[in-house]
Amino acid sequence: MDLSVKRESLEAMRVFDLAKMPLRDLNSALHAIAPGTNDTRFEVVNPRGSHAVAVGIDQPVTVEVRGSVGYYCAGMNDGGTVTVHGSAGPGVAENMMSGTVVIEGDASQYAGATGRGGLLVIKGNAASRCGISMKGIDIVVQGNIGHMSAFMGQSGHLVVLGNAGDALGDSLYEAKLFVRGEVKSLGADCIQKELRPEHIEKLADLLEKAGITDVRPQEFKRYGSARTLYNFNIDNADAY
Amino acid sequence: MSYHNPYTPPRKSATFDDYTLAEIRRAAATGIYDIRGAGTKRKVPHFDDLLFLGASISRYPLEGYREKCDTSVVLGARHAKKPIVLKTPITIAGMSFGALSGNAKEALGRGASIAGTSTTTGDGGMTDEERGHSQTLVYQYLPSRYGMNPKDLRRADAIEIVVGQGAKPGGGGMLLGQKISDRVANMRNLPKGIDQRSACRHPDWTGPDDLEIKIMELREITDWEKPIYVKVGGARPYYDTALAVKAGADVVVLDGMQGGTAATQDVFIENVGMPTLACIRPAVQALQDLGMHRKVQLIISGGIRSGADVAKALALGADAVAIGTAALVAIGDNDPHWEAEYQKLGTTAGAYDDWHEGKDPAGITTQDPELSKRLDPVAAGRRLANYLKVMTLEAQTIARACGKNHLHNLEPEDLVALTLEASAMAQVPLAGTSWIPGKGGF
Repeated sequence: MDLSVKRESLEAMRVFDLAKMPLRDLNSALHAIAPGTNDTRFEVVNPRGSHAVAVGIDQPVTVEVRGSVGYYCAGMNDGGTVTVHGSAGPGVAENMMSGTVVIEGDASQYAGATGRGGLLVIKGNAASRCGISMKGIDIVVQGNIGHMSAFMGQSGHLVVLGNAGDALGDSLYEAKLFVRGEVKSLGADCIQKELRPEHIEKLADLLEKAGITDVRPQEFKRYGSARTLYNFNIDNADAY
Repeated sequence: MSYHNPYTPPRKSATFDDYTLAEIRRAAATGIYDIRGAGTKRKVPHFDDLLFLGASISRYPLEGYREKCDTSVVLGARHAKKPIVLKTPITIAGMSFGALSGNAKEALGRGASIAGTSTTTGDGGMTDEERGHSQTLVYQYLPSRYGMNPKDLRRADAIEIVVGQGAKPGGGGMLLGQKISDRVANMRNLPKGIDQRSACRHPDWTGPDDLEIKIMELREITDWEKPIYVKVGGARPYYDTALAVKAGADVVVLDGMQGGTAATQDVFIENVGMPTLACIRPAVQALQDLGMHRKVQLIISGGIRSGADVAKALALGADAVAIGTAALVAIGDNDPHWEAEYQKLGTTAGAYDDWHEGKDPAGITTQDPELSKRLDPVAAGRRLANYLKVMTLEAQTIARACGKNHLHNLEPEDLVALTLEASAMAQVPLAGTSWIPGKGGF
């Protein structure tokens, strides 16, 4: 057995067993990474629904989480690639700046809340308020999303391969929403809009980045802001 | 003798007074409620209704200017690796770049730094100028998350999770389009010129159990270095304080209804929330019941104007205070120097509160570059520093007269109340009696 090869592979993937060590060890190790280091691969085992797993990443690291996580996994991620091989609790990838977060299972409420950049891929379903107050993040949900999704969404793209619940895009600003299935209802000031070539191009790009090959961009409908509530008018008060 | 019907002067209604009548006409003419800045303008029981007893035969005073009376305060030692240490317990409350001009924010940072205290960002994020000019900067974590990012979180000295504010507990905000410059729009990820709604509720947590997890996440992101404050409006101070402590806060900031806002509905400012005086004792009681008084610090804000107000808030159990409106006045807000321009805006110095319109003659509540230039941030910062130092000295003067060698040694026993209302709210005896309404007896 070539021990040098084994040592190299061990160094290449640092394993954090949350059944045996505190969460603090994981997050402080992630924050201690110096720019340009090769020591960028992390594995988290036994997350057991822990909250705040892999939060505040600010380097291009890769984190594989083997199991389901609680609240705010990959919160404020800035450049990392985090994959959860399980489901995620509320607020996954909240306020993400850049990077990629992939949830192999389902995601709870507020997935991608206030995210400013990066890509969040949810392979299962997302619960209510997915993309709430999104500010530039791209979110691709392969299943369905719950009610009040993209509420007050400011910018970025929300792509849903399944159906959307009630009040999609309520009080929307400039976020662009694409739904392939049914929308139960649209929220205040959210309307269906024309799917133009630039949107098809963007959709194709996002589907490709999310690793989805069996769905065509033309199958989606686009939703956006009617912009009637952008400046207060007393006669619109009953719209809220 | 002929009878003359005696003259009866016209009688105006106390209920439908001139202001009320004007408001009805204004609403009917415009179809919109009145939006304004600042805090409540109605008269409410306040620190003016309390007096200090001073020393006497049973208490001896400390020598003014000679015997030491400490004013320092440590905030956030409960969990944070790097607690905040301030020379004076008078801090600057959160006010946003956007609501205020860049020069005004710079002036607040300069003044606070000279005086050895902290200043606070607002709804809109942190600017480089503000960070650069503030020795100790508290970064607000607000429902809108405008301008929120992990880099600024890490370069802050403390984090303040804003749940509510005294001017509008339960309310969000609206920065109207006229104040949305290119820079403000860019910081908030929104198009220029549209009204920017600041949410009333955080987007990714509800309730104290979620808050506990949110606080833990913020601590993990910042490696447990920063003190975490939780700010609430004066609504249910006992329970809000207890729940903030339970959720893991290092510091509770409690803002009464005299606390100002950049802009909200007048009906909200004047009718929702409790006076500052009514908030302090329930909050202190919650801390005492939990064994956390002086371990979790309490910062009181809303209508603090003088060293006497500071001393009274501290005597009732607060660890520190925050000033907003008073700080703006110190740097030049509502200054009679601009009276002619206030008149053109249909108001007068001392009453100007249309801060949301961005036309502030003093260059403070505006994004207009020409108006902003009127405020010299260096001179204005010096004025704020002077004011903070005067207030600190005033509070020390009172504390020494009460025989205290630290402002924190002031206590409710040093106070009496002038009115029944203040006596009941502050839970100190009515002057000349041993009676506190609601505390035994009749």
